[in-house]
Amino acid sequence: MWEYTDKVKEHFLNPRNVGKLDDANAVGEVGSLACGDALKLYLKIDDKGVIRDAKFQTFGCASAIASSSVLTELVKGKTVEEARALTNKDIAGFLGGLPKEKMHCSVMGQEALEAALKNYWGEKYVAPTGEGELICHCFGVTDEQIRRAIRENDLKTAEEVTQFTKAGGGCGECILDIERLLMEVRGEQAPAEGVAPVAEEKKPKRLTNIQRMQLVSKVIDEEIRPSLKKDGGDIELIDIDGLNVVVSLRGACVGCPSAQLTLKQLVERRLRETVEPDIVIQEAQ
Amino acid sequence: MSHGPAQDKPQVIYLDNNATTRVAPEVLEEMLPFLSEYYGNPSSMHSFGGKVGGKINQARERVAAALGCDPREVVFTSCGTESDNTALHSAVSARPDKRHIVTTRVEHPAVLNYVKLLEQQGYSVTWLPVDKHGRLDLEHVREAIRADTAVVSVMWANNESGTVFPVREIGAMCREKGVPFHTDAVQAVGKIPVNLKEFPCDYLALSGHKIHAPKGVGALYVRKGMLFKPFMIGGHQERGRRGGTENAASIIGLGKAMELAAAGIQDENTRVKALRDRLEKGLMGAIPEALINGDPVNRLPNTLSIAFMYIEGEAMLLLLDQFGICASSGSACTSGSLEPSHVLRAMGVPFTYAHGSLRFSLSRYTTEAEIDTVVRELPKIVARLRAMSPFSADSETEGQHKAVAACAVERSTE
Ligand code: FES
Repeated sequence: MWEYTDKVKEHFLNPRNVGKLDDANAVGEVGSLACGDALKLYLKIDDKGVIRDAKFQTFGCASAIASSSVLTELVKGKTVEEARALTNKDIAGFLGGLPKEKMHCSVMGQEALEAALKNYWGEKYVAPTGEGELICHCFGVTDEQIRRAIRENDLKTAEEVTQFTKAGGGCGECILDIERLLMEVRGEQAPAEGVAPVAEEKKPKRLTNIQRMQLVSKVIDEEIRPSLKKDGGDIELIDIDGLNVVVSLRGACVGCPSAQLTLKQLVERRLRETVEPDIVIQEAQ
Repeated sequence: MSHGPAQDKPQVIYLDNNATTRVAPEVLEEMLPFLSEYYGNPSSMHSFGGKVGGKINQARERVAAALGCDPREVVFTSCGTESDNTALHSAVSARPDKRHIVTTRVEHPAVLNYVKLLEQQGYSVTWLPVDKHGRLDLEHVREAIRADTAVVSVMWANNESGTVFPVREIGAMCREKGVPFHTDAVQAVGKIPVNLKEFPCDYLALSGHKIHAPKGVGALYVRKGMLFKPFMIGGHQERGRRGGTENAASIIGLGKAMELAAAGIQDENTRVKALRDRLEKGLMGAIPEALINGDPVNRLPNTLSIAFMYIEGEAMLLLLDQFGICASSGSACTSGSLEPSHVLRAMGVPFTYAHGSLRFSLSRYTTEAEIDTVVRELPKIVARLRAMSPFSADSETEGQHKAVAACAVERSTE
């Protein structure tokens, strides 16, 4: 059983503002039955742009119900501008935290609020799944949603991305794409945080064979192998011949239909970014 | 000395017996001396250890009597998972030239994940599908068995749906083709008659804590003459088939539990079944848009998996918990994964229902009053959550749910 805070339990057992709001002038709807949770948020906003009333309907678990309940409490009395600044962190924070596996419930609250505000401003609301490239087909999550979750919540692993967005929580076929997005976004963020990705800080202009060898094995050991290991896979560096890097996939990666994709999209791409742009990956026969 | 009033104990209506069971008082009583005064090592030469060894032998005889097999065909293990893993390990390593395995999509993770591991190691696997009631098609099994099949592994009864598989027929097919047959009987033992006399099966796994013995003990039946490779390598215990000092008290408990299970089969199939049916009828009569997951005819007598549209399992479980009612859910949110259970998915249960599935599993200790409490409280809980759901019948979102339901059905039957 999940460990819930008293606040979560309270809002789950006695949710505030349940139901439809007949005179709502802003309605936001996110999620679906197929995904296992959905939220419909109704807002009544007055002429001065103040949210006078808020109600919700939720299909989902205890955290989804509690997050929705808190959301309605948080937005009441706020101006639309103030409401717009609310994030999933505010929702989870108000509840005294959510189990990490349930953080996506708070994200659903934030998305429903955004959808309702768009609806209020007369913008046609496009479900988040409609923006950007669809990454997770099981749960209809796009690259934009994933990038945003990584940035706003400082996510570091694919597992965390799943906890916040659900992406990767089904068949798992999108995990490699999630890893790619993680590397990309965290790469962007690195200079600001002062944490450069592995191997980037001391990359010389022209590499000697020894330097190349050291750098390749460092990136494989510190970045690529841990991400493959999470899915039960592994990789072994077999040889380096000039710019040709020969590797062998191990564990769950052996015989995986996406093995070629892994080699090209994850291994080769990352080595090109961090070591040399002309590196070519070859699989040992 | 008093240990406090009995009413301090939480009031629990325990209807999650396919997950685990309470230890029967008779079982505990037999175990206790072997947790205190009789602590000798059963492998020792002295009579103090010998007494423990003798009790283990008695337990083996009791297990064998309940299964209808020879005591030498019983290997004690730590759990059902170890029994399943050992059977599969044994079957494939005894015939290294055979590189194909037949199993079903709805096996317990003890089989499912072990076979997946073998698949990663290069074995080819036929994953047999089930129909919407969780049933297997015997023709599919027949077609799946090949000349290079190392083992066929089909559970006797499914832990979630309760559907009972035609293991006798499958075993006979395997025997005809000379292929070893393993069955995970963890849910079947104690609930339906299991008699291995003349039964065409080579390996059978069972677990103690599903039949009122403690957790951490199981047994594996290995038919006489079957090639066997130990999974646990160590000393000479279990005639070299499983190294490691025996979990003596638990094994002794398992022996007693098997004796009680065999004696209780009649009760399970009459009184317990009648209680299950009362629960099913009560809930189906009081809650619209509900459906039963599992075979209407060939189902474990203690199991009811029931699904309610528009709502989610975890929320129901937590509200049931307010009344001390313990059940389990096939929904995603309770399991740490995000998709509904692999069993419900394999059965093609639409998402609209799968997320709102509950499983009640009864035991010999279940009472009529407990069942009546569930029948009284659950309809209110379902109504309360449905009133909150944007998909409930009176919602404007109803159109959307129909579209999603249709797409979900399509997806789940892919
Ligand atoms: S595509 Fe993302 S989990 Fe299946």
